[in-house]
Amino acid sequence: MGSASVRPSRIQPLRVGAVAYDPKVVTIWEGFKTYFERQGVEMDFVLYSHYDAQVQAHLEAEVDVAWNSPLAWVKTQIETRGACRTLVMRDTDRDLTTKIIVRQSAEIATLADLRGKVVAVGASDSPQATLIPLSLLDEAGISPGQGCRVLYHDVMVGKHGDHVGGEREAAYALAAGKADAACVLDSNYLLFLNEGTLDPDTTRVLATTPPYDHCNFTARGDLPEERTQRFVTALLEMSFQDPLVRTLMEMEGLKRWLPGRTTGYEQLKRAVEKFRFYA
Amino acid sequence: MPNRIPKAQADLGDLALHEGGAMLLRRAIAPLREGDLLEICGGSSELVEQLPAWCRQQGHRYLPLNKGAGFHWIERGASDPPLIRPAQELAETAEPAWGLAPRGATVEAGGPAFSFPLRRKREVWAEELDAIRQQAANNQWSLIRDISWNALPRLAPELEIAVSQAMTFLTENEFAALYIPARFLARIHPHYREVLEVLAFQVTDEARHAEAFTRRAEAGGTGLGTTANSGQLSLHTLLEESEFTTAVFLLCVMGEGTFLTLLQFLEENAPDPVTAALMRYAHRDEARHVAFGVSHLRYVLQREPERRPALAAAVERRSRLLASISGLSPYVHDALVILAGGGLSPEQVREGARRVAVLHREMDRARSERLQALGFSAEEAVRLSAHHTKNFM
Ligand SMILES: [Fe+2]
Ligand SMILES: [Fe+2]
Repeated sequence: MGSASVRPSRIQPLRVGAVAYDPKVVTIWEGFKTYFERQGVEMDFVLYSHYDAQVQAHLEAEVDVAWNSPLAWVKTQIETRGACRTLVMRDTDRDLTTKIIVRQSAEIATLADLRGKVVAVGASDSPQATLIPLSLLDEAGISPGQGCRVLYHDVMVGKHGDHVGGEREAAYALAAGKADAACVLDSNYLLFLNEGTLDPDTTRVLATTPPYDHCNFTARGDLPEERTQRFVTALLEMSFQDPLVRTLMEMEGLKRWLPGRTTGYEQLKRAVEKFRFYA
Repeated sequence: MPNRIPKAQADLGDLALHEGGAMLLRRAIAPLREGDLLEICGGSSELVEQLPAWCRQQGHRYLPLNKGAGFHWIERGASDPPLIRPAQELAETAEPAWGLAPRGATVEAGGPAFSFPLRRKREVWAEELDAIRQQAANNQWSLIRDISWNALPRLAPELEIAVSQAMTFLTENEFAALYIPARFLARIHPHYREVLEVLAFQVTDEARHAEAFTRRAEAGGTGLGTTANSGQLSLHTLLEESEFTTAVFLLCVMGEGTFLTLLQFLEENAPDPVTAALMRYAHRDEARHVAFGVSHLRYVLQREPERRPALAAAVERRSRLLASISGLSPYVHDALVILAGGGLSPEQVREGARRVAVLHREMDRARSERLQALGFSAEEAVRLSAHHTKNFM
């Protein structure tokens, strides 16, 4: 029997959860697994179809560590009453901003001028394209839904806006005149200018949110630090100069892993409370 | 930070990043080392919106600066990818890591692993590739431009049917001659692009032949003839060959070599000018295919003469597999007799049969000669030639 030959290893491999927002996620994690093996780190990955399932699995200790969207991090914090910690994040997860773009010709000078207008956003669960910019609007006195109409672009709900699709559709809505403003991540704003989705001559930036942080590897509070130590070290040592992982890092959108920090999630936390997202 | 001094300056004029500013930035950053500072001056008001996101994406750090509007600092982050410098000259072995990069280019390390199992020069090369490519480029012909289809006369039915049957047989062989190089093309490392080009021409030639012969059969109004199992079985054993040099030997030297004699025979005995012209053009192409085959085999055998017995064994293996088959299909044999005799009267058939017998002897003689040119002994050449498939290809 096959089972007779499978002996439990002395160390339980660290189980890492990730959300399969795209088929490339399998390629990335198979590649990372090879890298971790080379670094002598025993780990395995478990893929989930959406973040709520991953958070639930994390809480139930089905996985030890979760590669979380900012919203999944906030949810984990709420569910564990703060008994969780961040381990590592990408260099590209720090200090993101969202831009609210309007048409050049529009008589919109401040956020307050968006009263009564149509604001195009991404998926309803996208921190960067929906929750954070809508919260900024709310703080400027324009309550979403009452003060302005919100045009959602629900591409792949459950994946917390990991997919650029919703933001692109928001940009299209602005370009097509279906919306007066569009909320897009700063780097996607550059992307949309370059690929022609947004015309730099007919659109402009109305407002920029304060910087916020994005994804992080989250561990539950009850997970001993020695369980994650080698995993964390291996990630921080991962080099963009290493041909084995370079392409994987490019696919995952980073040049360098950085230590996790918890300071960049206040805006999102406020938005989640304000809009009773998890109420 | 106030004490830090930029290593370089970049003047973006009034360009925003999406207007080309990003390109100027990349060029300014390229020579810097990780941690070095770049000072940017630029008049575009959009820079302040764009630079932080751009830096984050590129792995650099954007530093807030109080020097005044129009000035920005960037700290260079991750350095450029490590580069591989593949062999600039033709190498004996090509590395999978070179990927699809053209010979002479520099390659970023860490690219995807392509599978090109044929990546040793000795496995694919030939000395006369340049001359063959040159000829192939110069001698491309067109079914429309170069063939006077209007000159096709109405033939006696038995002759038209015989032409159609011959065209049917030729087309089966064209397909085999197309698939074999096409299949190996995908396995050859692009470092040996001259071989790819020669084989690509060969594939194009065969596709044109298949179209030309099918058209000729249809143009006479009787439609295509019959495809015999014997011919297909013979071609099937050829398509099964999985080793490149052996396949080239069986196809280009033995098969297409034999076809040279056949095409010449058909040109001489063609009942109409269109068929004669098609045979002449096809013969010129096939001569090139044979030239590649002979040239490749010569290259391999000069370096590995010990491979000769294995090649001979491949011919014999095929011969044993095909032993139960009676020989050339009657469809093809009869068509050749009718074409060579010019009709169905006993005198015409006698003449036709005589010429077909001469054709077989001439094919055998030419094959033996070609084998001897490749260094097989006279005795061995005669024996191997006799083992060659009775279906010509
Ligand atoms: Fe041909
Ligand atoms: Fe050929």
